[in-house]
Amino acid sequence: MSALLEVSGISVTFDGYKAIRNLSFEIGECELRAIIGPNGAGKTTFMDIVTGKTKPDEGKVLWGEMSRNLLKMRESKIAQAGLGRKFQRPTVFEDQSVEDNLLMALKNPRGAFACLFYRPSKADRARVGELAEEVGLADQLSRTSGELSHGQKQWLEIGMLLAQEPRLMLVDEPAAGMTLAEREHTTDLLVNLAKTRAVVVVEHDMEFVRRLNCRVTVLHEGSVLAEGSLDHVTKDPRVIEVYLGR
Amino acid sequence: MRQSFIARNPSILIFLLCLAVFTLAVTSMSHAMGAGVISTSFVKTLGKTLCLCLVAIAMDLVWGYCGILSLGHFAFFGLGGYMIGMWLMYARTEIIVAESLANAAIPPTPQEVVDAIGTQIFGVVGSSDFPPIWQFAHSLPAQLALVVLVPGLLALVFGWLAFRSRVTGVYLSILTQAMTLALSLYLFQNESGLRGNNGLSGLQNLPGVSASQDWVSLWFLWGSALALGLGYVLCAWVVSGKFGSVIRGIRDDEARVRFLGYSVEGYKLFIFTFTAIIAAVAGALYYPQAGIINPGEIAPIASIYLAVWVAIGGRGRLYGAVIGAALVSLVSTWFTGGMVPSLPLGFYTVDWVDWWLVLLGLSFVLVTLFAPKGIGGLFDLLSRRREVDQ
Repeated sequence: MSALLEVSGISVTFDGYKAIRNLSFEIGECELRAIIGPNGAGKTTFMDIVTGKTKPDEGKVLWGEMSRNLLKMRESKIAQAGLGRKFQRPTVFEDQSVEDNLLMALKNPRGAFACLFYRPSKADRARVGELAEEVGLADQLSRTSGELSHGQKQWLEIGMLLAQEPRLMLVDEPAAGMTLAEREHTTDLLVNLAKTRAVVVVEHDMEFVRRLNCRVTVLHEGSVLAEGSLDHVTKDPRVIEVYLGR
Repeated sequence: MRQSFIARNPSILIFLLCLAVFTLAVTSMSHAMGAGVISTSFVKTLGKTLCLCLVAIAMDLVWGYCGILSLGHFAFFGLGGYMIGMWLMYARTEIIVAESLANAAIPPTPQEVVDAIGTQIFGVVGSSDFPPIWQFAHSLPAQLALVVLVPGLLALVFGWLAFRSRVTGVYLSILTQAMTLALSLYLFQNESGLRGNNGLSGLQNLPGVSASQDWVSLWFLWGSALALGLGYVLCAWVVSGKFGSVIRGIRDDEARVRFLGYSVEGYKLFIFTFTAIIAAVAGALYYPQAGIINPGEIAPIASIYLAVWVAIGGRGRLYGAVIGAALVSLVSTWFTGGMVPSLPLGFYTVDWVDWWLVLLGLSFVLVTLFAPKGIGGLFDLLSRRREVDQ
């Protein structure tokens, strides 16, 4: 499997604190991967680097067949290249309707003038309907998204991510604050999505990761501690020490 | 499910209707129509108020919708006024000079005519030479183009530098204040070529037009009403579609919009420049009615007033900006015009000319604290009550 995203030797220091040290790993096309690690392991910083929010001190982040260097691109260009991100806290545009939120995310020209003259086509409306169906919000399209429940907001955000048609989705703690039923729905959704694109889930809930049933990367103090199946990494004595030793 | 743009925004029709009724009412009651209920100077005040409403709409677009608290949009308003003022002054002085030289024994050379105009205009600042920026002052089309181009270009360059460096929030507000202050201070200098603190005057006299001010004031009222109507529809259209969604998204969560793949800087620059141009057009209509423009007009405080109007009227809705600008500026004219009787308290007499600012400041604080949606928020209460009744 060829690598879709290749992170090699990145390091970041915030005010003398090394958040990421010499981190390297690869994610393949259509791969589902979970990244786990205790607080402060560098999970969120890793996502910030890949999406262009934070610039690392050294290292390379290469993307796709052309091996484009993501570190030289701005956030909006990285997103257009096919890298989507879901935040830990659900971030949807609360005073706009579910439909407007999805329309905004839909993969269409992103320029100011293109948007000024944009009017949703039949195909776009149909696609919004499909997406809403997929994330279970079909009957909520005209609602203001600020009125949705916490779990519904999470799904709306996943729906917006899908609307972008990314090749790689970075999903930060998707199950946080969800009820058991909502968690199961989310697990199914993510496993399904990974059939057609790469999905990276950052999570520290082991039970949730077990249900995803995928390859796991354990981060600790800003670098990879172990990698493999969940059973494999949970038997690793170093992982046990990091998770249980303190 | 899909409706036309007007049908989705019923407030547009209501607004246009109100504007048309207002304009017709003022016209029929004016001196020019022989009614004389409304004095010519008050027609001018109303015409100017319409221009202030237009610049308030621009402010609402940039602040209320896109979340950029620009405290410098009056600079663009003033520049628009200066650009049209240059032509008005030049063309009118040219006619006066031509008349006075008409009876000269030897016909004057073109250079002599230009020199005479220069002496007339720049005598007050001890000069008679035209600075290079007056290059196109003889041409109305050129100066009209400059009304749009000069403020537009300033906004484009300023915005590009500020947004590219990701200056946001209060820092951007301070930067825009600095811009308008710097421009004002520069124009105060005689060397700026725009007559320093004298500014441009006599702008109410249209060159080559012999009609009385009764009529001129009406023309400008109509022109201002037309500009406000068009500006309102244009802005409503801009914020109605996906573009509107994106800029409101930028206001609420800039980083999220970026991760959706939109170039936030490009959108901000577009809105900043677009609203600067609207402000400039409003200024170009305002100052011929005011008759004079000087650098004091674009002092930092003017742009702050603009923000206060929009806040009191209600941000994020265009009619809110119009209500705020019209109400506050008219009430301000009333209070500062000395028409309000002083309030004797026995130990102290409240003179409203001085105390009006305190009243304005107080209402701004009260609106911000207790009615963040401003006067426009009252319409929400009304429509909600109707929903409950049904």
